Amino acid sequence: MLKRAMHEKTLTELSDALAAKQISARELTEHYLGRIEQLDADLNAFVTVTAEQALAQANAADERRAGGTATALTGIPIAHKDIFCTTGIKTSCGSRMLDNFVSPYNASIVAKLEDAGVVMLGKTNMDEFAMGSSNETSFYGPVRNPWDLERVPGGSSGGSAAAVAAGLCGGATGTDTGGSIRQPAALTGLTGLKPTYGRASRYGMIAFASSLDQAGTLTRSAADAALLMQTMAGFDANDSTSLADPVPDYVTEIESPWEKLRIGVPENFFDDGLDAENAAAVRASLDVFEKLGATIKSVQLEHVHLSVPVYYVVAPAEASSNLSRYDGVRFGHRAEGADDLIEFYMRTRAEGFGAEVKRRILTGTYVLSAGYYDAYYLQAQKARQLIAEDFKRAFADVDLIAGPTTPTPAFPIGQKVGDPIEMYLNDIYTIGANLAGLPAMSIPCGFVSGLPVGLQLIAPHLAEGRLLKAAHHFQLHTDWHRQVPEAYA
Amino acid sequence: MDWEIVIGLEIHTQLATKSKIFSGASTAYGAPPNTQACLVDLGYPGVLPVLNEQVVVMAIKFGLATHCEIAPRSVFARKNYFYPDLPKGYQISQYELPIVHSGHIDIVTEDGEVKTIGITRAHLEEDAGKSLHESFHGSSGIDLNRAGTPLLEIVSEPDLRSAAQAGAYMRKIHELVRYLEISDGNMQEGSFRCDANVSVRPAGETTLGTRTELKNLNSFRFVEKAIEIEVERQIDVIEDGGSVVQETRLYDADRNETRPMRSKEEANDYRYFPDPDLLPVLIESELVESIRASLPELPDAKRARFAEQYGLSDYDADVLTSSAELADYFETAVAAASKAEPKAIANWVQGKVIAALNEDGLEIDESKVTAADLGALVDKIADGTLSGKLANDVFDMLRAGEGTVDSIIEERGLEQITDSSAIAALCANVLAGNEAQAQQFRDGNEKVIGFLVGQAMKASQGKANPQQVNEVLRRLLAE
Repeated sequence: MLKRAMHEKTLTELSDALAAKQISARELTEHYLGRIEQLDADLNAFVTVTAEQALAQANAADERRAGGTATALTGIPIAHKDIFCTTGIKTSCGSRMLDNFVSPYNASIVAKLEDAGVVMLGKTNMDEFAMGSSNETSFYGPVRNPWDLERVPGGSSGGSAAAVAAGLCGGATGTDTGGSIRQPAALTGLTGLKPTYGRASRYGMIAFASSLDQAGTLTRSAADAALLMQTMAGFDANDSTSLADPVPDYVTEIESPWEKLRIGVPENFFDDGLDAENAAAVRASLDVFEKLGATIKSVQLEHVHLSVPVYYVVAPAEASSNLSRYDGVRFGHRAEGADDLIEFYMRTRAEGFGAEVKRRILTGTYVLSAGYYDAYYLQAQKARQLIAEDFKRAFADVDLIAGPTTPTPAFPIGQKVGDPIEMYLNDIYTIGANLAGLPAMSIPCGFVSGLPVGLQLIAPHLAEGRLLKAAHHFQLHTDWHRQVPEAYA
Repeated sequence: MDWEIVIGLEIHTQLATKSKIFSGASTAYGAPPNTQACLVDLGYPGVLPVLNEQVVVMAIKFGLATHCEIAPRSVFARKNYFYPDLPKGYQISQYELPIVHSGHIDIVTEDGEVKTIGITRAHLEEDAGKSLHESFHGSSGIDLNRAGTPLLEIVSEPDLRSAAQAGAYMRKIHELVRYLEISDGNMQEGSFRCDANVSVRPAGETTLGTRTELKNLNSFRFVEKAIEIEVERQIDVIEDGGSVVQETRLYDADRNETRPMRSKEEANDYRYFPDPDLLPVLIESELVESIRASLPELPDAKRARFAEQYGLSDYDADVLTSSAELADYFETAVAAASKAEPKAIANWVQGKVIAALNEDGLEIDESKVTAADLGALVDKIADGTLSGKLANDVFDMLRAGEGTVDSIIEERGLEQITDSSAIAALCANVLAGNEAQAQQFRDGNEKVIGFLVGQAMKASQGKANPQQVNEVLRRLLAE
């Protein structure tokens, strides 16, 4: 095997190296911290770097390994999207509103990973309150794509994507409400996993749209995603919507022999909105699956064209309510010198929230208002049901659904900020899985003009094992996922 | 013109759980501000509610006791509005699908008639915190201890036709939630409070008049007074040619008037929608049946049984069943007695026992004279050991903790003198010492016997059996 730099290795390789004592967690952590210090000024992938704590965790990990109680993740340096609450560390959610917010508690998935012994290098930049597809809505400024610094890394988990793609950490957590893991993964050449809704706890993950939000991973490979998800998944008594089903052994399952899969392709995904070269890359990857013995057949997702409008009713509706707690009374930004309560609220929220967040709060408030609720919110819920039924019908005939993750590769910073509809259409292929609560991934499947593009795989409810296994076998026969941007090699 | 009054009540009763409806924080009353509010109650970023399943059981109990339908599926919704003591900017409540609905309860009206009052629904929700406007130098203080306390909001049909009926209904619900042990019903601490929707219409009219909502009435008396004064006001407005404005009004007990709340609070559009953080509440019929089987005897049934089983008047049965604890006390006393009539015990409970409790500021289950003691005491009257007067004294000694019924009687020699020769000697002495009065009796003045009996009782220090004294005196006087 090709000798790779430490920061180009997968988590699985790093885990093996740690186990073999080829390297210590301390050395690994120092290496990544050095890269962050050297390279992040350009990328802006981190909001907070927790160097001191990371080194302490690395030392503890090395001791734990010496003591013989290490897990596969002990000593692995990762980063958390700044949407996950982390005890004693600023948790900003990319917003001025929470610029001064130091969380008094850990999100459940943060605690689980910490218990397994991961080293947290820091908190990654993101679109404000996870509302965006380009990482341009962050209070901390846009994140740049390591493949082309003039382009966006995607969003909202853009900081996590850029950090992993540039080798500033071994892997990262993200959240996906309408494509916020898969779209940035596609635009930065990474493997992004959004599990089934409820598979990983939402407790401590700052809410955007509660019925859609799901925690997942951005990694260099499907095997890495399996490794992290193995620890992150599972029921949490603090989250009533988390699923009680036992967590299968993903790590073992993906290595099991390939079984013949039926893969469905929704032909209406290959429409005029999809870049021709991007489409060609996706089609070529379907050929790879076919060579592996998969049967490719077309499926109908009749109502999937409603995904974007449905999403932009449901998500803002929930967001408008979820974001009401940011009122300046108990934590977060507080306007100074207001004369009365109403002015206090208005100024606190006017100052604390950015334009895209305000747009969605207004939209959400509107669609829930008396006289509009039936026409918008209820109607959207009905359409959401139809979309979910489409998937269910399709999965009666196929094991997985495959198609493009995004319409185009990464676009230039600033290109779409003035046109929200154009920006929203970036998530046209990813939103369906959120509305139906299904597990989905994006894996690298080629390049268009030197920029990575992604293949999206969608699986039935709780079929993460099948999904990860298909992606893993694809990656055993391709090397798109091992490509690294030259400047960050 | 004759006016008909139409009233519906919304009663908020705090459910008696140890922890809050969606968090593990304590619900105990009276802690220092903000010491019983956890991150969930404070609405911190990222936290999620988890339903306290006890409240579901409590709501089902209430539903079964009021002949409600128990919804197999009910849904929590968010009621969105901004206020500093509402940490999340929304209250979690139930809106379109409440946990129980379509029930009824009987009240007795001011005319003594039984009237059935419909219960539209009862739903679960969380309470808000408190805003404190005093002593913060122009700012307001927020205490979030109460935020997240479980409430059952009980909504009646507009079936009540007078302030007295509203009061009777509220008392009935209050009695019921305490019987069911789902609420302590403490009105001073705000565990049981009520809003009243009030309107008037000309007698015979079938459409409803415009209503006003009277907020936060926290005593039975205030409910009745507030409704009375509001009805008068509405009638005055209409008779003066005006019309009633639909609005929320506050009752000022000091000035005995109602006045409108700021209209800004009226303009709220609460934008209810199902709370995506909570799953629908699914209730299996097995759960309902097991709760039904565990329900205590309810007030109406107990009242009927008391009248029947113990031969009590409706009034006595009503008083003795006004709380489960009082009823238990009575029944324990009856069980402890072997000779005493239940009616006699009922008189003692309603007389001496309650008076003593009021004096001592105690509840019935804290009574210094136990139910068993009372049964034994009344037995001693029934078997002639004690006169009524002596029994009174023994009761006071029991209350003072001076021993048991038997030990007090024995140590103080209080036993009634029933030995006929002793009484004959006593009476002879009295007649010898009061010859004038004896003569008056012989001359036909019957009344004077009372004086003579009194003298005999006095001479025996109250221990002689007055019945026997009376008989012996009459016999001696007739000789």
